[in-house]
Amino acid sequence: MDLPTLWFALIAVLWIGYFVLEGFDYGVGSLLPVLGRDGADGAPAETRRRQMLGSIGPFWDGNEVWLLTAGGATFAAFPHWYATLFSGFYLPLLLILLALILRGVGLEYRGKVDSAVWRQRMDWMIIAGSALPALLWGVAFTNIVRGVPIDAEMEYVGGFWNLLNPVALLGGLVTLTLFLTHGGLFIALKTDGRLRHDARALALRLGVVAAGLAVVWLAVMHGSTGNALSWVLAGLAAAALVGGLVAARGGREGWGFTGTFVAIALATASLFVALFPDVMPSTLDPAWSLTIENASSSQKTLGIMTWVAVVFTPIVLLYQSWTYWTFRKRISGHHIPTDVHHAAATAETRDRTTA
Amino acid sequence: MDPLDLARWQFGITTVYHFFFVPITIGLSLLVAVMQTVWMRTRNPQWLRLTKFFGKLFTINFALGLVTGIVQEFQFGMNWSDYSRFVGDIFGAPLAIEALLAFFLESTFLGLWLFGWGRIPEKLHASFIWLVHIGTVLSAYFILAANSFMQNPVGYTLNEANGRAELTDFVAVLTNPVQLVTFPHVLSAAYMTGGAFVLAFAIWHLWRQGTAQSDKPMYRRAAKVGAWTVLLASLAVIVSGDFQGKVMTEVQPMKMAAAEGLYEDVPEGVGAPFSIITVGTLDGSEEIWAVTVPKLLSYLATGSLEGAVEGIDHIQERYQLTYAGSELTAVDDYRPVVPVTYWSFRLMMGLGFVGMAIAAAVLWALRGKGDESGETRLEGNVWWARAGAVVLFLPLLANSFGWIFTEMGRQPWLVMGLMTTQTGVSPGTTAGEVLTSMVLFTLVYGALAVVMVMLTLRYGRAGAEQVPEDASYDPATRSEDDAFVFTY
Ligand code: HDD
Ligand code: HEM
Ligand code: HEM
Repeated sequence: MDLPTLWFALIAVLWIGYFVLEGFDYGVGSLLPVLGRDGADGAPAETRRRQMLGSIGPFWDGNEVWLLTAGGATFAAFPHWYATLFSGFYLPLLLILLALILRGVGLEYRGKVDSAVWRQRMDWMIIAGSALPALLWGVAFTNIVRGVPIDAEMEYVGGFWNLLNPVALLGGLVTLTLFLTHGGLFIALKTDGRLRHDARALALRLGVVAAGLAVVWLAVMHGSTGNALSWVLAGLAAAALVGGLVAARGGREGWGFTGTFVAIALATASLFVALFPDVMPSTLDPAWSLTIENASSSQKTLGIMTWVAVVFTPIVLLYQSWTYWTFRKRISGHHIPTDVHHAAATAETRDRTTA
Repeated sequence: MDPLDLARWQFGITTVYHFFFVPITIGLSLLVAVMQTVWMRTRNPQWLRLTKFFGKLFTINFALGLVTGIVQEFQFGMNWSDYSRFVGDIFGAPLAIEALLAFFLESTFLGLWLFGWGRIPEKLHASFIWLVHIGTVLSAYFILAANSFMQNPVGYTLNEANGRAELTDFVAVLTNPVQLVTFPHVLSAAYMTGGAFVLAFAIWHLWRQGTAQSDKPMYRRAAKVGAWTVLLASLAVIVSGDFQGKVMTEVQPMKMAAAEGLYEDVPEGVGAPFSIITVGTLDGSEEIWAVTVPKLLSYLATGSLEGAVEGIDHIQERYQLTYAGSELTAVDDYRPVVPVTYWSFRLMMGLGFVGMAIAAAVLWALRGKGDESGETRLEGNVWWARAGAVVLFLPLLANSFGWIFTEMGRQPWLVMGLMTTQTGVSPGTTAGEVLTSMVLFTLVYGALAVVMVMLTLRYGRAGAEQVPEDASYDPATRSEDDAFVFTY
């Protein structure tokens, strides 16, 4: 494999890492209003929400760095891809960035003030900030793979509405429902009691919808730009999803989560295989497409980047996996302290007494 | 406004905003790590209380550094796509390496530190906050290497065939002479900021009526740590800044001349003066009244009191000849906005000096009065409390002015000598798009600033919480889950 092709593969790996990891925490965030209600066992909504957020608490920021690394690696390895993509998809990217800002702040600041109104506001920031990127990345990737109007100067000339075509919107729904399923199964895997049960039941229902939409979408995608390998990967992705759902139905949440994990990874891989050897095909003239060849950096840069990636990616994988191992315990309702928001509460009472 | 101006404003706003949180994150992560380590050594619960107190304030600040940083990562592609195409081969690598080496480290180990209280053996737990700090320093190194390339491109060649700059020597990029002076300067400026943060909150509690007598020794300790950090860091800032001036004069003489508003050459043997304050015409070309230090500019620029300093007019003529040939480099005017460079340079240094002076005064005032109470001169005098509030903002603002000076003084260059700012902007994005994003970011950032300040004041006022006398956070000896109290 020559270096540009290797880097195409590595960038695919980074996006896969981003989607399989951050996918579940987008799912958990988006499911707050659905699963975070008073439980049939009497657990208050607030306890359930904190169980859900506690399950992603130590992880979500590290997961997000996969996106940052994918962005940085694209800049370094394929400057033209980086330039065309992010200047062309300007407004959708802006929405994603704003969503990520609100979400990050919501997650970090939610527990900092002990007031129901405050928590409600932060929750909406988390919900919108999780659901919107989950939807928009599907839209963006559909457009990347199917091609967009790119002129001879490598500039995107299609405008905003062009990105919101029906297939792209379908793609958005697919990523959204897939991530919701993925997140639901994560909650089922990481929490206890009634919440676990509810999450599993919901994930199964969402999973069926996701599977239906995904099959249609993948067929359309690979029908137009696919090849034999991409079809195989897409088929395996669908099989993994169905297998995972079946396992989850039988009470095996671990296998269920593995199923959605593998399904998202394979589906993403199938898209990159379909894209190859382009990185952003032009619908105006195939000669104007951005390809692995014409969009890449010099051999020198790619060589250095390869060394860095070979040395440090395994280290990152090692310590990230170790984090998941450290926080492997299920979070049950009684982990949540009863004097809710101890710290925030003291800050507030002292406020009042000194005011 | 045209997309170029808007893109510049947008970049300036988001970057300066990001850099309010950056120095606090870098400086405070170090001080929290030190506090936790001292607690483990001494087992004095006051250090644990301080660790948790400043740890909380640290996370409040970190959150905004994190979310505003995400915007930075994608802005080059959004608003500066021609720039990205031109230098991506060189500039992208440090950015990608920063994410892989630094951001993973910071984010993963901060999660472990926050959620690990009482779940992870103590020593291991303390090492996490050190790793977070190392992550912030690595992050600073790589991003500053990228920025230094823009100030002084090295290790590249221009590829005639595809018209872009390509990497020839990555080590040269990482050891750019500008980088070697910028990194210590920015790092020590960040430590100064972190020290000022600790100092400000400690003074506040020493002064407040509500603070228990038994807590005062703790805040005195914190004040001492903060003041010494400010003092030592500001010395490093001055020394490194002095080195920077010399390197800058060599690679960007226009910036140095603009920093003084020096239009005419000062020949060897005369010694150019440095003005502390000037009242003059708006473009700085004519001076009405000024306070000047003789020969200081020559010293700052060359290291010799009588060294020659080239003036703006001469450099302008020289650049017009040198850079007329190419579309990427030809502009009519190679002069930055002189009043902005002039004043931002002075404000950076001036605010820094005042911060240093306050820290020194605080150290003096912190000596005991000599009586039984252990009281210091600091307590009970409202002026010290006011100085404490001011000291927090001095290094923060000095940092902003430093960047405004560095970046505005580089104009009209985007990459010094290779590419002007006007040629780097995204050709396809419309003014409407850039305006939309600028307005939305500004509104959201403004709202976040209000929330962040509110939370910082609330937690800052609450002070350091009590911990059990036999405080231990070893999971072996604990049953309850402390992490949840700390986080959600
Ligand atoms: C001198 C240091 C410095 C400078 C000049 C910059 N940053 Fe920064 N950045 C940091 C030092 C830092 C940090 C200390 O490492 C932060 C601050 C708060 C934090 O979370 O980490 C950070 C956070 C941060 C993040 C979030 C990381 C995470 O998820 O943990 C990103 C993506 C960036 N930055 C990107 C940038 C870019 C593209 C910059 C250039 C325009 C930039 N930063 C300037
Ligand atoms: C590696 C880090 C950085 C890079 C790559 C970088 C790059 C740039 C770029 C591309 C611009 C736009 C062109 C222009 O209008 O000048 C710019 C402008 C600017 N940057 Fe930086 N910058 C970096 C760090 C910073 C930081 C940390 C600050 C301060 C907090 C800063 C302050 C500014 C300001 C104030 C402007 C506006 C100047 C103007 O528009 O005329 N920069 N910088
Ligand atoms: C006597 C004191 C100081 C001197 C002589 C000095 C000198 C300099 C010089 C020459 C530059 C421009 C470098 C360039 O553009 O190539 C600079 C930039 C900068 N300064 Fe200072 N400085 C001083 C104090 C401070 C203080 C107190 C702070 C903040 C606490 C600070 C923060 C910065 C920052 C953040 C930059 C921009 C990044 C960089 O280029 O290094 N400086 N300083």
